[in-house]
Amino acid sequence: MITMDLLAIDLAYGLEKLLLIGGIITVSLIVAMYTTYAERKVAAWMQDRRGPNRAGPFGLLQPVADGLKLFFKEEIIPLTSNKTLFVLGPALAMVTAMLTSAVIPWGSSINIFGRDVSLQIADVNIGILYVFGVVSMGVYGIMIGGWSSNNKFSLIAAVRGASQIISYELAMGLSLIALLMMTGSLSLKTIVQQQMEGGWNIIYQPLGFLIFLICVFAECNRTPFDLPEAENELNFGYHQEYSSMKLGLYLFSEYVNMFISSAVVSTLFFGGYDIPFVDEAALSLSLGANTVALLGFGALFAKILFFLFLFIWVRWTIPRFRYDQLMDLGWKKLIPLALANMLITALVILWLNK
Amino acid sequence: MHINEILFWFLTALALFSAMMVVFSKNPVHSVLWLIMVFMAITGHYIIMNAQFLAIVNMIVYAGAIMVLFLFVIMFMNLNAESEPQKSKWMKFAAVLSGGSLMLILIAALKDNDGFISSMRGEGSIGLIKNLGKVLFTEYVVPFEISSILFLSAMVGAVVLAKKESSTIVS
Amino acid sequence: MASLTNRAKVLEQKPMSFMERLYLPAIFKGMAITFKHMFKKKATINYPEEKRPFSPVFRGLHVLNRDEEGRENCTACGLCAVACPAEAITMEGAERKTSEEHLYREEKYAAKYEINMLRCIFCGLCEEACPKDAIYMSETFAPSNFTRKGFIYSKEELLIPNPVTDKEKYDIAKGMREAQLKNK
Repeated sequence: MITMDLLAIDLAYGLEKLLLIGGIITVSLIVAMYTTYAERKVAAWMQDRRGPNRAGPFGLLQPVADGLKLFFKEEIIPLTSNKTLFVLGPALAMVTAMLTSAVIPWGSSINIFGRDVSLQIADVNIGILYVFGVVSMGVYGIMIGGWSSNNKFSLIAAVRGASQIISYELAMGLSLIALLMMTGSLSLKTIVQQQMEGGWNIIYQPLGFLIFLICVFAECNRTPFDLPEAENELNFGYHQEYSSMKLGLYLFSEYVNMFISSAVVSTLFFGGYDIPFVDEAALSLSLGANTVALLGFGALFAKILFFLFLFIWVRWTIPRFRYDQLMDLGWKKLIPLALANMLITALVILWLNK
Repeated sequence: MHINEILFWFLTALALFSAMMVVFSKNPVHSVLWLIMVFMAITGHYIIMNAQFLAIVNMIVYAGAIMVLFLFVIMFMNLNAESEPQKSKWMKFAAVLSGGSLMLILIAALKDNDGFISSMRGEGSIGLIKNLGKVLFTEYVVPFEISSILFLSAMVGAVVLAKKESSTIVS
Repeated sequence: MASLTNRAKVLEQKPMSFMERLYLPAIFKGMAITFKHMFKKKATINYPEEKRPFSPVFRGLHVLNRDEEGRENCTACGLCAVACPAEAITMEGAERKTSEEHLYREEKYAAKYEINMLRCIFCGLCEEACPKDAIYMSETFAPSNFTRKGFIYSKEELLIPNPVTDKEKYDIAKGMREAQLKNK
């Protein structure tokens, strides 16, 4: 009886989702890999240098070389560390970084062999809240790693990172509430569809976007908010004691986080897979729905690449905040601003509906 | 057995095991991490009951925010198994008594509520954000607002406690 | 305290204006600057493939010279060793035999000639002291090495290639400097 009921789940459906999950994980890993390359290359250009150009043509194999190096490095687990938690830390950081991709609509549906395959792993009706939930789990990767290393610098960095992420989560959530008041839905797919019809949310919510973007920078521990990794104060930050691929996972999860947050920002404020200035419905009549879906995926990808570039661009322009400045900005500037934004949006919505 | 039931029993076992580990762990940090596992399992239960909003809020607020603060404090206190003070016999007795009576109440509450497993099938939609919001802002609007005032007063109290007295500041 | 000179400038810290406190205009300005730099000429070069030209007066690795017939110029007089402030040069003289006239120009020659590149300060005094035009400083620098011994250059390493038997390499070794002298 057990098998009968279990088989009731559509096999093809399960396979389709598995393939999609595999595909998205592969894509985000490859993108994260090449973001490390882009980071070094863009940093070099901004500093009038050339950047990595030895491994492969234009240095394109550099991330592969870096990864191999990390794999072959000696694995050191400090004697005084808490071993299970020491291993759990980087694993948790990586898993939480990847999990968010589940609710992002990567495109509209594609028709394969008469089946409509949605390019979204799970269209849950609380999509954004799910993102927040997973992000709040991301703190543990840093905290556990920092604490279990049994090193003062790691611990301080972990505490800094955690308090920073918690503080900015608040402003992030508040800035989104104004957006949600407009859309009236928490599902990311619905939000994208509304933007396809009505215009991108950035037009209606510029302040909300700004707050959200700043918070995203803080959540990803990127400059100017990379205090958990402040070298001049904490040596190397929460991954001080890590070596080999465990360190690699920590560093890598930062880039995966960047990729996913770029996807979230472009989905929420920049129309997701909406191709700008094009009517998708009319285009799908002439080109076919599948081509348009792929083009939409391309549009989303272009937006994501732009935001990745923005992440790098800001990193190599702006110096790091001091810790009290960081907390000041988060609690005294961004949260009141987000509240004001919320209030204004609510008033405008009420006024328009009257 | 339906897949939901399999998941239900798995999550139940996980939650109970983690809860035991919270109590039995010597290391307080391990206890906190097991407690997070309990919250995650309960989040899973909410999802099975189609209460997605509750599930996510449970994850964000309890597992994400409150537990981080717990972890904060415990990490800084540097509690070890060796430095843990031995409780007196009376203390242990009182703890067992209060814990046992709480368990009795829980069992009594569950005994009347038969057939609660069938509600695990996940057909209900009361936990969805739309329905929850409607109920909160119509039927339960007064308790909701009163509880928000409670939070506000707690916040003000925290600010008052944390604020430096102006007389102590000497330049 | 009164200042000794009246050049001291009192730093005025005005409270920031609203635009400055907004912080964003300054960020955008900075980002514009970094973006502009992406398209500027790169200050670095692809080193092993491209090399920057040395200045004509550059004092690099030593070269022991030969004349047109391929005979060594050095007569082991020791003036370079005496002139050397770092005492990097050691040599042993030997008398030329009649059968060796095609090898050495003078009647006495250096049987052993060593320069310790770790001691050498590349001042060029040896070059100036040499009465026979035997020692020159070339336009390369000593490459890195794993051992200290590797930095003690023997005569074979210092000698310029023979212009009679190995004309090509001799021209290369000579060419760089001559071309530069002509340009001057």
